Amino acid sequence: MIQADGLTKRYGDATVVDGFSLNVKAGELVVLLGGSGSGKTTTLKMINRLIEPTAGSVRLDGVDTAELPPHELRRRIGYVFQRIGLFPHMTVGENVAVTPGLLGWPLERTAARVDELLELVELDPALRDRRPSELSGGQQQRVGVARALAAEPRVMLLDEPFGALDPVTRERLQQSFLRIRTRLALTTVFVTHDMTEALTLADRIGVMHDGRLLQLGTPRDLLTRPADDYVDRLMSTPRRQAAVVDALIGGTTAEARS
Amino acid sequence: MTELLALLPSYLTAHLQLTLLALLLSAGISVPLGIAASRITWLEQPSLALAGIIQTVPSLALLAAMVPVLAALDLQSIGFLPAIVGLTLYGVLPVLRNTVTGIAGVDPALREAARGVGMTARQQLLLVELPLAMPVIVAGIRTATVWVVGIATLSTPVGATSLGNYIFSGLQTRNYAAILVGCVAAAGLALLLDGLVRAIEVGLVRRRRGRLAAALGAVAVLYAYAGITLAAPLLGDRERPIVVGAKSFTEQYILSAAIAGWVERETGRPTALLQSLGSLVAFDAVDTGEVDVYVDYTGTIWANEMGRAQIRAGRAEMLDGVRDFLEDGHGMTLAATLGFENTYALTVRAEHAERLGLRTIGDLADHAPRLAIGADVEFFARPEWPAVRDTYGLDFREERAMDASLMYQAAATEEVDVISAYTTDGRIAAYDLRVLEDDRGAIPPYDAILVAGARLAAEAPDVLDALARLEGAIDAERMRSMNLRVDERGEDPATVAAAFVETLSNDRAP
Repeated sequence: MIQADGLTKRYGDATVVDGFSLNVKAGELVVLLGGSGSGKTTTLKMINRLIEPTAGSVRLDGVDTAELPPHELRRRIGYVFQRIGLFPHMTVGENVAVTPGLLGWPLERTAARVDELLELVELDPALRDRRPSELSGGQQQRVGVARALAAEPRVMLLDEPFGALDPVTRERLQQSFLRIRTRLALTTVFVTHDMTEALTLADRIGVMHDGRLLQLGTPRDLLTRPADDYVDRLMSTPRRQAAVVDALIGGTTAEARS
Repeated sequence: MTELLALLPSYLTAHLQLTLLALLLSAGISVPLGIAASRITWLEQPSLALAGIIQTVPSLALLAAMVPVLAALDLQSIGFLPAIVGLTLYGVLPVLRNTVTGIAGVDPALREAARGVGMTARQQLLLVELPLAMPVIVAGIRTATVWVVGIATLSTPVGATSLGNYIFSGLQTRNYAAILVGCVAAAGLALLLDGLVRAIEVGLVRRRRGRLAAALGAVAVLYAYAGITLAAPLLGDRERPIVVGAKSFTEQYILSAAIAGWVERETGRPTALLQSLGSLVAFDAVDTGEVDVYVDYTGTIWANEMGRAQIRAGRAEMLDGVRDFLEDGHGMTLAATLGFENTYALTVRAEHAERLGLRTIGDLADHAPRLAIGADVEFFARPEWPAVRDTYGLDFREERAMDASLMYQAAATEEVDVISAYTTDGRIAAYDLRVLEDDRGAIPPYDAILVAGARLAAEAPDVLDALARLEGAIDAERMRSMNLRVDERGEDPATVAAAFVETLSNDRAP
């Protein structure tokens, strides 16, 4: 479905992404995992040409994306932004309806779609006439997801969409998103630096570091057969954190006994 | 007051025409330019810098500068056009700056989101950047609105009627009610227009349809009114009136009204007044045909227009020189000499003159280093001043330029000791000032003459004949008394002029 081949991005002498290749199957959710500066967001943006690659190509259903006008390509791909990026001068409903509007959908179809989407992302339809600023962070990002889905894309790109949310809200949105992507059979690339999030959502995880894809595999592959020290250290973080939590619970129990 | 308010509809309409058209043009230039500057990087700095430079030019000077610029381009250089061009330029900066700032201020994340949802560059501009920048752009338009309404009062000296006519003539004839009416009307208009722009903004941002419609409706009505009143004279096939010009001082207001009254009475032709023109603007206006006749003074034309450095000339010699210059050089006519001179005269308070024993300008020489001299804003830059100073060896402690209408007051309150008064000014007597004799003839003659444009000779010889009958009609004493009635007794120049025309007609009746 998405075939990235040798994607490279250079700014002057600095190489931000170096020879990135990946094949995402239809309906699959691949998480790109890495720290800041690893090149994961740049890679994601090269897929819908928000950033033009210096070298390499992306094929979507076998079609080279370089052959499409960028705005038409982007209308076919849902994109959820890290900073949400809702338009503050539009209502919730208008934000969701943006891409259908650009595609020239009839008004009734768009209106029905907005209602359907608000329901899908588990938002009260009464919010459709509110301004984004009147919503909580979690609600805003639900609108962001709904906007990305509006024109019925088969491919979704998400750039650390839940990074700024509190842990409880984040988990709820992750679960919502899992239900949605299963229901719609979305082909998804999801960027995050959060190990737990990656393990929760991914069919496959690609670990990125310094602009390179270090290892690509199922969560289980990565946990059991890390390709190198960096992946190993990364994969052991959830276990170390779990150990800390265990120790705390144990400590509290010991105190109570004495 | 009733006479003042009777002028309000025409002044306010003219002011509205200037303001609305200038604002439309400013916004029409600045918003597209600002958008272009936000897209084309190299355009931003030069366009903002240019607009900034225009802004630093004092507004009166900017408007006045349009006169020679438009004349050089062979366009209408007196009246509506120079005012519109100047005001438009003035309105450009705030709108341009705010358009650039407003667009630059849009969150980059939202630009990226706009691209991400599939907008083209044009859609990104129209659907995201401009709506988000709009409050800032509107703030710029509101600033421009208030500025342009205020500065439009300065259109009067370049020959465009505005609420400034109240202010300029009020200042010169010491009619404070007129100044007040002009200021209050301009302020009221500024508040009204600013309020309408604000209402449009609120209507758009908060989506109050009713409020938006009401505000847009009001603006549309104002524009329609301005457009219709502006176009009406062009559509109507009315006879073009004989336009009588006046510079901005009392004597000129009276004489222009008197000439207009006389021409109407003698020829039955309609007339119009174009008053408060800048001194040089008046001459140019006759040259270009915007004005048909006005009163000037031989010494002024001799020095300003003919550029004669040698200002010592006999009265007759100068009159002949000026006549040749007007007729041969410009196709104008020296229609009549009115019979009085209005020249500069150094004057001091009578008791002061008594105390110091001053009779001639020469007597000032010994005392000058302890005295301050006040003069109108032109005087110190005119050739007479060095001539007087050098002839009599005067070296004053201080030279202060001020508005002519305040000069007499300054002498009376001892702010200054000597002023360069005008010989026909009634206030010389009113303030008990003594004219010091120019016994060495340093100050050139200033015979009042009627300067008529080429059109009168070609199309209206009857008007020229009527003007010629004013030859010698006003002596210095009569002019002084008429000036005094306006300056000190607060009579309307038009009233004084009407009385004069009445007397003159009776005198000339067969």
